[in-house]
Order: sequence, then C-alpha cells, then structure tokens
Amino acid sequence: MMRRIACMLLLVLIGCGARPAAAERLVVSLSKQQVAISSNFVGDELVLFGTIQPDGDKAALRTAYDLVVTVTGPRQTLRTRRKQRVLGIWVNVDSREFVRVPSYLGILSNRPVAEIASPDVLRRLQIGLGNFLLPQRIGTDIADTVNDDPFRQAFVHLQSQHGLYRESGSAVTFLTPAVFRAAIPLPADVPTGNYAIDVKLFAAGKLMARNNATLNVTKAGFEQYVANAAREHGLIYGFATMLMALLTGWVASVVFKRD
Amino acid sequence: MQIYLPIADMPVNIFLVLGMGLAVGYISGMFGIGGGFLMTPLLIFIGVSPAVSVASVASHIAASSFTGAISYWNRRAIDLALALMLLAAGILGTATGVWLFTMLRALDQLDLVIGLSYVTLLTVVGALMIYESVRAVLRARQGLPATIRRPGSHTWLHGLPLKVRFKRSKIYVSAIPVWAIGFTIGFVGAIMGIGGGFLLVPMLIYFLRVPTATVIGTSMVLTLITMASATVMHAATNHLVDAVLALILMIGGVVGAQFGARTGQKMRGEWLRLLLGLLVFAVGLRFAFELIVQPDDLYSIRYVRGE
Repeated sequence: MMRRIACMLLLVLIGCGARPAAAERLVVSLSKQQVAISSNFVGDELVLFGTIQPDGDKAALRTAYDLVVTVTGPRQTLRTRRKQRVLGIWVNVDSREFVRVPSYLGILSNRPVAEIASPDVLRRLQIGLGNFLLPQRIGTDIADTVNDDPFRQAFVHLQSQHGLYRESGSAVTFLTPAVFRAAIPLPADVPTGNYAIDVKLFAAGKLMARNNATLNVTKAGFEQYVANAAREHGLIYGFATMLMALLTGWVASVVFKRD
Repeated sequence: MQIYLPIADMPVNIFLVLGMGLAVGYISGMFGIGGGFLMTPLLIFIGVSPAVSVASVASHIAASSFTGAISYWNRRAIDLALALMLLAAGILGTATGVWLFTMLRALDQLDLVIGLSYVTLLTVVGALMIYESVRAVLRARQGLPATIRRPGSHTWLHGLPLKVRFKRSKIYVSAIPVWAIGFTIGFVGAIMGIGGGFLLVPMLIYFLRVPTATVIGTSMVLTLITMASATVMHAATNHLVDAVLALILMIGGVVGAQFGARTGQKMRGEWLRLLLGLLVFAVGLRFAFELIVQPDDLYSIRYVRGE
C-alpha cells in the first residue's frame, strides 16, 4: 500500500516536472468532422483551424511557433512485393508485410520538419514520413527498419504516389502569430473509417503543447446502401445483380428486335 | 462525369466505362465470346483492383451473353443438349480451378500463373486460329469450299466410344472430348477469371466439328450460365461485385453486343475466325510484353487485411 502511494507521488512529481514551463494551450477545430462519400465524391479538402492560447499569463506567448499536424487513417496490413527477373520474366520474388500501418498518413507543417526540431526529437515524436513507425514482419518479429530500407522506401513512395501518404512543409499557414490553418487533402480513393489528427506545437525546437481531433470518413446515401448490402447480404445482393444483368440483356433484345 | 463506385472505392468517368462496355460488347456479340479476357485487363488498367474487376465483369458478361442468347434462340441456333453437357463438365473444372487458385494465392505466385496462362493460351490459340483461317480464306480464293467437311474426314476423336448424337448441331461424337472441353473451360475460367468463350468457340469448331451455325449460340448459353452463377458466388463469398460498375458496363455491353451480332452474321465464317484469331493473339502479345519488359516500378503493394 505504502509502495503504491509512493509510486503515485513519484508519478505526480515527474508529471509536474515534465510540464513545459511556459505553458501554451492549443485550441483546434475541423471544418467538418464527418466526410461523406456519395456518388459524386472525387476527393475532398478539410481545413483545420486553431489558435495558440496562453495557459494563464498572456505575456508568456512567444512570437515564433512551429506547428505539425499528423493525420493517420484506419490501420491496414499491406504487403510490398519486389519483382526480379527469373528466366527472362519478371516475377515477384520477395515480399514484406507492413503490419497495421496507417492507410492514410499526412504529415503537414508550416515549414519542412527538419527545420522545426532536432532529428532526435523528430524521431521520438514520429514526425516526418522517415520517422513514422512502419512496423514490418521480419521472420517472427515485428519491427520498424532503418529509414533507407528499400522495402520501406518503396512502400512510402508507392503510397505517396497514390496520394495516401504525404509530407508537406507548406500545408500549415499562420494567419496571425497565434492563429493557424492547415489544409488536409483527401484523395478520391480515401479509405473509410476513423482518422486521428494529432496537432503538435513547437517553439525553438521544443514541444510546447499538443491537442487532437478525430475525423470520420464514411460512405453515405446510395453508396452506403450498396456497400452494406454487398457486405451483409452477399447472396441476395448477388442474385439481385444477376437479375439486373438478365433484365438489362432482355430489355436490350426487346429494344433492338429486328422485324 | 465522375461517379463513385461503392465497392471498388474509387470514382470513375461514367462515359469512359460506358464506352469500354460498348466496345467489348460489340466484339463479344460479333464473335460470340464473353469478352472477359479484354474487359478484365481494361478495368485493371483504369485502376479498379483485380479482384473487383474479375467479380464485376462476370455480371457484365452475363448480361451481354443473355441478350445474344435470346437472339440466337429465336433463330434456333442453340444446341441446348451440347451446352448442358459442356456445363456439367465445366462445373467440375471450376471446382478444381478454385481449389488450385486458393493454393497458388497462398504461395503469392498467383499473378505469375495468371500472367503465364494468359500469354500461353492467348498466343497459342490466336496463332492456331490465324493459321487455320488464313488457309480457309486462301482455299476460298481458289474457288474450293472454305472448310473441308467430307463425310469420311473424321479425326481420332471421332473414334472414341460413348457416342452421343447432338441433333441441332447435326454431329455424332463421343462424350469424352465434350466432357474434356467443358472441364478445361471451367478450370481455365476459374483460374484466369474469364468465361472462356474465346477458347470454347475454336475448340468446338476444330475438335467436335460443330457447325458455325450453332457454335456461337451454344457458347453463349454456356457463358451465360457460368457467368450468372459466378456473379452470385463472387458476391456471396468475396463481397467484391460492384453493382454500379457492373450496371454501367452491362448497359454499354448489351447495346454493343446487338450491333456486334449483326456485323458478325454478315461476315463470312473464316474471316470472322481470322479477326478473332488476330485479336486473341494481340492480347496475348500484350501480356507477354508485360512479363518480359522491365516494369517501371519493381515494387507493388497488395492489400492483406484491414484492422
């Protein structure tokens, strides 16, 4: 019992000590918390607004802040495969599984992340595509590899090509020294699910404050109806599609009947 | 005009897909084939995932072969007995093919096997058809009958036992090659995700000597039944049939098939076979090219599972 109390006291002390001396507070708000994919969806751009507020003394506010917004989509397990020439034809010979990695990853900041903080801090806080943890299954282990691992590089490159992974040093703009906006682009084939948005405030290379928001991407209306029907009533959906095919074929033969 | 596909999870241009349906439908109506070997690669090319492409193309083929089958039925150009016997063997072939498909997928070499079977089948079948039809065309030029069909010109296939008479096609052949052909079509179809019409038509013509009058209609009935059941099976097991994509494809497909069937009936049989042979051969070469030439990106990503 005594030991537990001592532990708790120790935790409180450490917690207090770790608190930044000049305390800022981040207030953030998303332009919408729900993105609905309907039949005319071709991608979207969300805007995150925020202000930096003093936690107490107003004079504590500085003039130069840096901001990093990390958007992570629902986790997926993906396999990256490499082709090699075997007997004159290109064959997948080697592959690595990336376990529970974000299906969407946006790292948005007001200037290139390398200028915001030291490499140590960036690595610890997983800021930047090179520092974000992307665990691979290697044998029986699951671990992230070094940044220049060819599979990791190819994976990030391919995901970036599809607009699913991005790192932008200009997506966050400061409207006033204490008010900012961040543009979050969502590609047309954005994965559905829950997104976590983590906002970090830096000053002079140190993390000052942190806040987060959530975003939900779902199919809506007709799209949702079809997707649900396909998933939950596969057999009926299949028969309906088949009947639709037969009906279309029959209508065409009636319309085009030659007499 | 863009429309978002609910299962493929991506927007496509509705007119582009409609146009693809029209073009493939025209070809399928003209030659009496499903056109899956053309449509599936086209969909993959515009970015639809291979699994969704294969599953959705099945219903598109069902629609265009149904409209074709109706018009052939009205002209009494369908040998139902032959179609049903082929179908029974086809079901066995499909079951074997699905079993092998699952095994190869576990080994991560499915892409290669599909690629190689496309190349081999398409180039070989295409080349054989070109060779045969060019000879037929040349014979026709010299004023000889285009196809040699003397009563005594039976191959060894006709010497096999278990003979069956197919009245509509006016042939009397052993059931063994009929079952073998049906099994092969079902097996290949399951592995390659195609109806197999482009294989079935030449096989029926060359091995069984089914007359051109009934071969296309019979092939269409078979394609219709296999693709309609494939639609239901894909929907029930993989949940990958995109009904919106399928609808756009089939509207284009049935219209195209109607026009294609008219063109096909006006053409001479050997020219039709030559054209189909050239088309099949060209698609085969394209697949070969893909396997031989170094890809732009050696790496590719495959989805394993969600959270």
